[in-house]
Amino acid sequence: MIYAGPIHAGPIETWATILTVAATAVAGDVLTAGAMRRIGDIDLIRTKSGLSGAVRAVTSSPMFLLGVLSMAASFFSLLFTLSNVDLSLAAPASASLTFLGNAFAAKIFLKENVNRRRWMAALLVCAGVFLLSK
Amino acid sequence: MKHTLTPQRYLILLAVMLTAAVGDTLLSHGMGQVGPVSLANLGLLLAALRNPWVITGILCLLGFFASYLTALSWADLTFVLPSTAFGYVVVAFLAKYWQHETITLYRWAGILLIVCGVGFVANGPSLTLHESQHPMEEPAPVSEGASTGGSQ
Repeated sequence: MIYAGPIHAGPIETWATILTVAATAVAGDVLTAGAMRRIGDIDLIRTKSGLSGAVRAVTSSPMFLLGVLSMAASFFSLLFTLSNVDLSLAAPASASLTFLGNAFAAKIFLKENVNRRRWMAALLVCAGVFLLSK
Repeated sequence: MKHTLTPQRYLILLAVMLTAAVGDTLLSHGMGQVGPVSLANLGLLLAALRNPWVITGILCLLGFFASYLTALSWADLTFVLPSTAFGYVVVAFLAKYWQHETITLYRWAGILLIVCGVGFVANGPSLTLHESQHPMEEPAPVSEGASTGGSQ
């Protein structure tokens, strides 16, 4: 790589940008998941009204559009973070926080049955993602 | 609560894993070429959209998004997300066997944890059914008057 590395940010800026990436990612995931749950099985919609019908069903949902907006915010804040914080910290830290945040948010907002099995999965994945950066 | 996925649905989950991993790798490579972006230099983010690696990465991530949304329409968020994490494992293996990078013991431990995490949810049900909801797995015969009042 030709890239010389990021300009190092202070700890507050570092964690603020990482938290922003994670929070917007969680908002995006929960909103799109909620929208998809309301819309229903895409495979069924596609069989009934074709691909364009499925695309229309998804893109006409305001909840979905809000989710995409959050995901876009998360994407650009990740790009911003990557230029200020080391990739080896920013990527796994924001990904791990997103996994944990999603488990909480899915339980609270989507009323998903986050049982012990899924909590374990979220924690294992969260720890695993962090270790990958070592 | 039986929710076994059909082979086709497992293929969608596989696409979720692979496209996310490859897309992120391409983006990371592209942004490495673009260089550091700062608050004073946000225009560089738009310039990044002209980098071929970033463009290919975004195309891959679009494929990821389509398969991810499809998966979310028939499975829980907490079921689908660990499979996206499996993409990290794919990247690590690509790095080792294709790019011949060395993988540290920490990374192997991380890979093991993610595999366990994915195994944990993969064995459980894929969708939470609420009492007010009718199962979306089997296409129930829909007749106009026969709605159970399930959907809001």
